[in-house]
Amino acid sequence: MYDHIIVRYGEIALKGKNRKGFINSLKKRVKKVTSEFENIIVTQSFDRMVIKLNGQDPEPILVKLKTVFGIHKLSVAVKAELDLEDIKEKSLTLMRNQQTEGIKTFKVTVKRPNKQFPHRSQDMNREIGGYVLRNTENLTVDVHHPDRELRVEVKNDGAFISCDHSEGAGGLPTNQDNKVMLMLSGGIDSPVAGYLTMKRGVKIEAVHFHSPPFTSERSRQKVEDLTRVLARYGGDIRLHIVPFTNTQKTIHNEMPDNYSMTIMRRMMMRITERIAEQTGALAITTGESLGQVASQTIQSMNTINEVTNYPVLRPLISMDKVDIMNISREINTYDISIRPYEDCCTVFLPEAPKTRPKREHANKFEQYLPIDELVEEAVSGVETIVIKENEDDFADLL
Amino acid sequence: MIYLDNSATTQPYDEVIAAFKKTAFDYFANPSSLHRKGGEVERLVRQARRSIASLLGVEEEEVIFTSGGTESNNLAIKGTAFEHMKRGKHLITSQTEHASSMESFRQLEKMGFDVTYLPVDGEGQVSKDDLVEALTKDTILVSLLHVNNEVGSIQPINELGSIIKEKSRALFHVDDVQGVGKVASDVHSVADLVSYSAHKFHGLKGSGLLVKRKNVSLFPLLSGGGQENEFRSGTENVPGIVSTAKALRLYMQKSQSNVKKLNDLKIKYIEKLEEIKEVVMNTPTKSAPHIINFSVPGIKPEVLIHALEEKDIYVSTRSACSSRTAEPSHVLTALGVSNSRASAAIRVSLSYETTEQELDVFLLELTKAIHKLKEVMR
Repeated sequence: MYDHIIVRYGEIALKGKNRKGFINSLKKRVKKVTSEFENIIVTQSFDRMVIKLNGQDPEPILVKLKTVFGIHKLSVAVKAELDLEDIKEKSLTLMRNQQTEGIKTFKVTVKRPNKQFPHRSQDMNREIGGYVLRNTENLTVDVHHPDRELRVEVKNDGAFISCDHSEGAGGLPTNQDNKVMLMLSGGIDSPVAGYLTMKRGVKIEAVHFHSPPFTSERSRQKVEDLTRVLARYGGDIRLHIVPFTNTQKTIHNEMPDNYSMTIMRRMMMRITERIAEQTGALAITTGESLGQVASQTIQSMNTINEVTNYPVLRPLISMDKVDIMNISREINTYDISIRPYEDCCTVFLPEAPKTRPKREHANKFEQYLPIDELVEEAVSGVETIVIKENEDDFADLL
Repeated sequence: MIYLDNSATTQPYDEVIAAFKKTAFDYFANPSSLHRKGGEVERLVRQARRSIASLLGVEEEEVIFTSGGTESNNLAIKGTAFEHMKRGKHLITSQTEHASSMESFRQLEKMGFDVTYLPVDGEGQVSKDDLVEALTKDTILVSLLHVNNEVGSIQPINELGSIIKEKSRALFHVDDVQGVGKVASDVHSVADLVSYSAHKFHGLKGSGLLVKRKNVSLFPLLSGGGQENEFRSGTENVPGIVSTAKALRLYMQKSQSNVKKLNDLKIKYIEKLEEIKEVVMNTPTKSAPHIINFSVPGIKPEVLIHALEEKDIYVSTRSACSSRTAEPSHVLTALGVSNSRASAAIRVSLSYETTEQELDVFLLELTKAIHKLKEVMR
């Protein structure tokens, strides 16, 4: 029945001078995620985008559009001629269809940006509402808490009638020039941090520390799979796999047990900063939230943060674990994150890590660590792979 | 060869066989093994699962791979019965189910479950009132066949599903083995469990799946290593799973652009068959686009089938799964067809590959055979 999808921008419609750039990158993204649907046509205006379905089922397209940052609201709509009779008729068909889903109350809201159209909004409200009421049973008007709001928007090229609205992903469309390096462990938190960073219009690359044979191919696979889920939201992502075995072994052998974790994280931070520098990323994102486990106390954060002067973004900083888990389920990273493989943080986990490490102690111990050599070795061994949003391995088989 | 027995099984696509062969050859490791080869196969299975889930519009974790339609139906029906028997022991189904459902219910009856077999009308549909009346607070499952494999009748599962949700706490299982890619429905939004079989959509025998809505619990029939999220143990049939993904993708593509054409073809040849005066149509007016069931009273269907096979044309008497019994079809009997007509039924089942030319030849040879046989029997 529906022949159009209306995409509303929300926040970006407010951004004065940059609006054009935002809308262009949004349109690019919308075209990209809907490229498999060959028949549809996407057009844009200053406050919204309209997708003409040409017979295509809207459901799978909506699923894709819900991954696009910068989209505020999505509605499926029927387009009517600029003719009150046609509008009434199509409104009726739409409401009858809604009745099969058990809708009992409705209200009509008419907007008429096209002032050439000879009927005033208020009159049309009454006309359309009355027509629907006269021609249906068991349906009443409730202007305060309707089961469905029937919205009619009279534009220059026709009237769009809709009553099925859903939330978009929100946020801002991706700006390819704003790049941030995400430290991606494979746990529940870091993919969520990556998602929230991307949501603010930022392009991410990911860095993962891999310590074979202590961490397996599967833990690396897990990170690739997580990256691929993130790529559904922001497009292809470059993933940097850092060989970390030697650094971990050296720390394990040379550093005091209770500081090994703090120093390991300082090393990770140093290496990440170097990779960020090379790739042009301007900040580092981590999945830390405050006070959760040993490494995430404010003392730890202070000590670890000392080694970089890049901005460290911590989108989860104030969140409770349950909230993080909820987002992780929503964005489909949860099931991957809970796959039970060792990662580099758990393999050498000391029995009693220091929960309140101090900068001066860390610095003192690190005098005995060949920091530059280890960083150099790790950075030069980085393997960078591009994780495509549409995976194509095994394509011949499936 | 003119193959018109696609409800019994379909001819596997070439690409499906190629995918099966390559998988069996190159990806033989056990997906549960920890080494790299195992990991690679695990990844392949995961992607096959993802591909199937997205084609069906469900989530990955909702797909349980099984050995086929029969196992899927057994798992859905017995798995629900055993899991929820503390809540109630009443089950509802219809009188026109596939043998794999019917016999599962018979077994459960012997174990002390109470089963209501809803009657159907001439269109093969159960009545909403009957369903409402049958639902009690002890009802734990309603199981229905979406598209009947013998006559092609369609159960209005969307409406029945919403009644079940509204009036009871029972789970709803739909056997969609014949309906997938042929009869559109919101099966995954109304049903909690849905059965599929690969060899009905040009995949291979021995592979199928049960889609189980998240949060619905089932008592596993096969216990062991906990594969398929604990619901179906046993080392994954990786080549079967991969070839199923391939088959479903190719089949759904064909379905999208051809389902209307197939239905027009069916209607056209139903009309042509009805012009033969010895033929009585059993397929109801509202039916799936690929099944035509008719009777030629007075002529044993076996004889007609063998006469046609002489001409390299293959049709069947009824459900392949019940064809070894001499009883009149329980489906036709339930639709109110007389015994003499019900035991003279022929089923012609089409695929997206079936052409008009093939059906013309079939029609011609059928007419000839009928006339010849009538002379002999006179």
